[in-house]
Amino acid sequence: MKKYMPFITLGFFLIFPMLGVSTYVMHIFILLLMWTTIGMSWNLLSGYCGQVSFGHAAFFGIGAYTSGILYSKLSMSPWLGLPLSVFTVGILSFIIGLAVLRLRGPFFALATLASGEVFRVTAENMEWLTSGTLGIMLQQRLWVSKLPYYYIILSITVAVFLLMKYLLSTKLGYYFVAIREDQDAAESLGINTTLYKTIALIVSAVVTGIAGAFYMNYMGYIDPHIVFALHDISIITIMIVMVGGVATQWGPFIGAVIMVLLQEVVRSIPGLGAMHQAIFGGLLIFIIIFLPNGIVGDFKKIKRFFGLRSA
Amino acid sequence: MLEVKNVSKYFGGLAAVSDVSFSVKNNEILGIIGPNGAGKTTLFNVINGFYKPSKGEIFLNGVSIGGKKPYQICQAGMARTFQIVKPLRRLSVFDNVVASAFLRAKSKQEAKQIAEEVLKFTELYEDRDTLSKGLPLGKRKRLEIARALATRPKLLLLDESFAGLNPAELDKSIEIIKKIKENGITIMIIEHHMKVIMSISDRIVVLTYGQKIAEGTPEEIRNNPEVVEAYLGGEG
Repeated sequence: MKKYMPFITLGFFLIFPMLGVSTYVMHIFILLLMWTTIGMSWNLLSGYCGQVSFGHAAFFGIGAYTSGILYSKLSMSPWLGLPLSVFTVGILSFIIGLAVLRLRGPFFALATLASGEVFRVTAENMEWLTSGTLGIMLQQRLWVSKLPYYYIILSITVAVFLLMKYLLSTKLGYYFVAIREDQDAAESLGINTTLYKTIALIVSAVVTGIAGAFYMNYMGYIDPHIVFALHDISIITIMIVMVGGVATQWGPFIGAVIMVLLQEVVRSIPGLGAMHQAIFGGLLIFIIIFLPNGIVGDFKKIKRFFGLRSA
Repeated sequence: MLEVKNVSKYFGGLAAVSDVSFSVKNNEILGIIGPNGAGKTTLFNVINGFYKPSKGEIFLNGVSIGGKKPYQICQAGMARTFQIVKPLRRLSVFDNVVASAFLRAKSKQEAKQIAEEVLKFTELYEDRDTLSKGLPLGKRKRLEIARALATRPKLLLLDESFAGLNPAELDKSIEIIKKIKENGITIMIIEHHMKVIMSISDRIVVLTYGQKIAEGTPEEIRNNPEVVEAYLGGEG
């Protein structure tokens, strides 16, 4: 049964739009897949390689803005911007990496957090390029229907899933985990930790950047507060993986399902206002205390709790 | 094999290692002894690349390695273990060794093969599926050795691989070290356990307060009055 889960899940997602669902539900599914992608990318750098990033909004935003700026300044199709964003995010994440990868543990986390904020402030102020807080708007989205967007993000998600699965089964995967477990030991075993941390960072950043560029195309509007948001992007990314299961293959997906649905449910309750952040905070505390390995990582614990021990 | 020339390491004004010179010959076991705080581990950290030497030079097979990064030195053929063991805690014993075997292996299959060999050699094969954080100390120390061996070193630096072992584990480790030597690997070892170091070392270097005070065969060291005074006390 477990062996067929990936195919069942994929099959479900492939035929899902043919079930005649409303555009709202389609929208939720598109977001869910996008967040799964971002979660997987974060999971590579922070879950497997152990370099906890609080600044993935930087990469998301750079991806979105690359695509947006190419459209607004060069009238290039934002879809062309998507592959091109790979380069800008790659280069910029390399530069960020030069600065932040010298640091370890909490210092690395704080530095990434700062780098996310630096890009937000930069985007706000470089008005000649980014139109500042006005943001960039697509005059016309390519498709009115959500269907093409859905299949594009689905293929991106599946491709990233396979890429991660592949990477982690190779030498790189072992090296990433070795670095997470003990950087000094890894170094003395002949692992060039700086090099491999940089690889993890760039791959992770590029994938998040692609998600950002997709977001630009899909939503049709970006501004610095949306795509460089600390709480709405960086922190949510971390929460998704924490809830789903850090350093697990399915964690980001499960986490995205829960977080996106929860976000929508909370949003539909009237008069809650900013309370939803408190709810997320409470959830995070609960997860950290009772399920430190997330839902996937502590699945056995959950089963035991509900008395479903399948000996 | 290894040549240490006038190496000093200062921390602020404190000389942890000062003006130490010695060489390690091919396929010998060189023991390093000295009281606590004599600078033995610092010396290892300098040789292995964690610290840059403040002064002096280090050559591995004639190539200068002073100031190179640990991973470069490991690639050049020197592996080490840690006094305070550093297993990759959430990985199985097998994966710990596979991770380090990738240094020389061209494929995952080859890495697994090397890991299997090394684990059988260090008699950890039965524990291969155990998470390394769950291993008892004796086996963790052996895992350190296994991991170092998986990088196919020419020179192996062992930092107190015998400390805290029970007599049975001690015998096993001594046997393994002798087997490593038979395989043509040169060994440099820090050890407090006098019986062990006297029985396995070909030559011994004695450090006190960061300085080398003696060098010679175990027999010479045992009868060296300066060493007896500085280190062995009345026992000699």
